[in-house]
Amino acid sequence: MKVWLSAAGVFAGLFVLNGVFMGSLVPGLAMPPYLLQVLCLAGINITLAVSLNLINGFTGQFSIGHAGFMAIGAYASAYFTVTFGQALRSALGFLPPFARDNVVLLVALTIGAVLAAIAGFFVGVPSLRLRGDYLAIVTLGFGEIIRVFILNIDAVGGARGYSGIPKLANFFWIYAFAGLTILVVYRIVHSSFGRTLVAIREDEIAAEAMGVHTTRAKVIAFVVSSALAGVAGGLFAHYLMYVHTNSFTFLRSFEIIIMVVIGGLGSISGSVLGAVLFISLTEGLREFAQYRMVLFSLLLIVLMIVRPQGILGHKEFVTFLTKRRRSIGAAPGTTGNA
Amino acid sequence: MRFGGLFAVNELDLAIASGQLYGLIGPNGAGKTTVFNVITGVYTPTSGEILFEGGSIAGQRCGRITRRGIARTFQNIRLFGEMSVLDNVKVAFDCRQATTLTTAVLRTAAHREEEARVGHESLELLKIFKLDHLAQERAKNLPYGSQRRLEIARAMATAPRLLLLDEPAAGMNPHESTELMDLIRWIRDRFGMAILLVEHNMKVVMGICETVHVLDYGSTIAIGPPAQIQRDPKVIEAYLGGA
Repeated sequence: MKVWLSAAGVFAGLFVLNGVFMGSLVPGLAMPPYLLQVLCLAGINITLAVSLNLINGFTGQFSIGHAGFMAIGAYASAYFTVTFGQALRSALGFLPPFARDNVVLLVALTIGAVLAAIAGFFVGVPSLRLRGDYLAIVTLGFGEIIRVFILNIDAVGGARGYSGIPKLANFFWIYAFAGLTILVVYRIVHSSFGRTLVAIREDEIAAEAMGVHTTRAKVIAFVVSSALAGVAGGLFAHYLMYVHTNSFTFLRSFEIIIMVVIGGLGSISGSVLGAVLFISLTEGLREFAQYRMVLFSLLLIVLMIVRPQGILGHKEFVTFLTKRRRSIGAAPGTTGNA
Repeated sequence: MRFGGLFAVNELDLAIASGQLYGLIGPNGAGKTTVFNVITGVYTPTSGEILFEGGSIAGQRCGRITRRGIARTFQNIRLFGEMSVLDNVKVAFDCRQATTLTTAVLRTAAHREEEARVGHESLELLKIFKLDHLAQERAKNLPYGSQRRLEIARAMATAPRLLLLDEPAAGMNPHESTELMDLIRWIRDRFGMAILLVEHNMKVVMGICETVHVLDYGSTIAIGPPAQIQRDPKVIEAYLGGA
């Protein structure tokens, strides 16, 4: 019950913040559009990084095809809104106008998530038989296959990109879904199923010998992770109102991995930190123009030398600060004592 | 069991009654670990049959065989190093749990009860193995002897009726191996399970096993009670070489 109350609190808080940022609540106090956009993209990055951490960090299966599932979510939900959004909106005539748009968005995001999950299942079943480098290469390949496949569908714009998507996503929805992603991943990791995933990361053969159905567990984790990436893609499309397959190349997958790795594999708060840090650095270094990416990679190299385990390592932010020993029932792989 | 043209284990007949302490010994490369891997489903036997409680288990997945009641430890310790001692045992309990992904995400009352029960039972099990004071320690930080004990505890958490121990006394000092012998005997008496033991430490094998089975080059050379095995000329030849 407590969690629903706090969820309601978070929702209300996001709603007020959204109003303030958009300038509709307090006149003359709107956030600069550029900052607001960066903030929203950071929220989408949080969803992506936390969901990828479930498979890369906790299950230890190195996947680098996350952008592909994001693309499926983006294109599927955008196609739904563009094609059926108007019809659904008139069918929902009994609702107030702003609620209609939000229902359309939620339906579109659900469709994007389900399709990304299905794709995740079909990619995951054959790929997750492989380990380490081989899995990485295969998921990279599948990510690119998905992108090139979409690039050749004329109904969603092909190489021209897909435009004319209504702006249904905003600060409120982006952070509501980021929060939901964190909650879902946190609960999975802190459950018996999460223990199973960490056991697979630690020693797959021993996990199997302890009665764990390792293939099933890995595929489930992969499907959940893909579905959440699909949601992030849907928000991305409905926020920027235009998507192009160039946004979903393997570079995007690498960006998400960088976020997870800087924050610390196997740390949810680390992924959040990594996502925010990543976008702050790439945006903050813009004034250095052509030296931007040089500086960025230098920073990454320094970080990898100073803290190869990521900023938070395996720990969560709270344990990282207090350095206390974890209590019974705390998440596997989040020990406070080294 | 054959790998290409090599017979790793050939025409092995091995029957373990419930509650029996059965020792499997043999010189290096005799095929003892292969026998383990065939029973636990790591390898599918190229010919022959494996029956457990009347049903065939040959060629089934490891996880399934474990859930049917056969658990094992590993020759080279395979604990979940980064996880706590308690979580190592909890993972093994999970194979009998009814929780699913949905109940975990919604954190239903049934799920919380189940978690509390597993936590409690895991701690009880750790107490039996005198590991409860280390419950929050990471498994990889444990001393060697404790890691061995934890591996057995973890295998016990799957509630097996046949326990396979692959060199549990390896690397233990004489004091620790004496304790281990008491522990193995105690587990058998308390839980009434059958135990198949592979071990090089003859003091342990001869001290606790009721029947000893000797393998050499993948074939049986002797079966019998320890006292008889120790006098068997073929066994002496296999270990010490012919006169």
